[in-house]
Amino acid sequence: MQLETFQLIDRIVDLNLDARTIVVEADVPPDSHSVFAGHFPGYPIMPGVLLTEAMAQSSGWLILGLTKFERMPFLAMVKEAKMRGFVSPGSTLTIDAKIEHEGSGFTVTSAKVRVGKELKCNAELTFRHIPFPSPDLRVHMDAMAAKIGFPQQAMSNG
Amino acid sequence: MSSTFEQIANIIAETCDIPRDTIKPESHAIDDLGIDSLDFLDIAFAIDKAFGIKMPLEKWTQEVNDGKATTEQYFVLQNLADRIDELVAAKNAGTGSAS
Repeated sequence: MQLETFQLIDRIVDLNLDARTIVVEADVPPDSHSVFAGHFPGYPIMPGVLLTEAMAQSSGWLILGLTKFERMPFLAMVKEAKMRGFVSPGSTLTIDAKIEHEGSGFTVTSAKVRVGKELKCNAELTFRHIPFPSPDLRVHMDAMAAKIGFPQQAMSNG
Repeated sequence: MSSTFEQIANIIAETCDIPRDTIKPESHAIDDLGIDSLDFLDIAFAIDKAFGIKMPLEKWTQEVNDGKATTEQYFVLQNLADRIDELVAAKNAGTGSAS
């Protein structure tokens, strides 16, 4: 996790475009990270908004794969976000996301965050997606995809 | 079985917290009911699920932006119900949606 640059996902574990599912991992920073200085002093836990963002980014990678990197998803709606347990510094998150609905210009996903076998949070997320609005953004996403091990065959437009 | 309009009106009432009795066939979703684009995404999701279709929102928006259609053709609720009936008929005929 690179919180300073808002890159919350570290690794793609599994991407199944036929089943329309993804599994990723994310390593929560240690308790020396500045985010825990305020959240909370003496009782460091991962902020729920960052867990929600991690679910959104996981879903986003799945949508990118399904659209062959032709469209960029943007988070539009979060429903039923439930923080079910505290997440401590240094934890490894396993995040599952799946497609609930593919509409015209929007996609709805559901996502779950676990630490070990314990479910920590879940939500339903809606994204608008549009053709990449900037070549620089596409270059950046390609580089990020390579960094987190996004399957190359899933990035091809052919 | 309730009409397509009635199903849409119930979805809008529930999704947008608009009193059901204010939603009429002649209501314009945007101009009369004040539904914004985000709420309309929620409505589209519910309509897609309820009718087993994929409303071609991007195509409709493009047609309006290009001046080839008016918002009334898609967002006056009786017209929207008619478009949905067409999509359902196309799906049942095996020709898929117009997306």
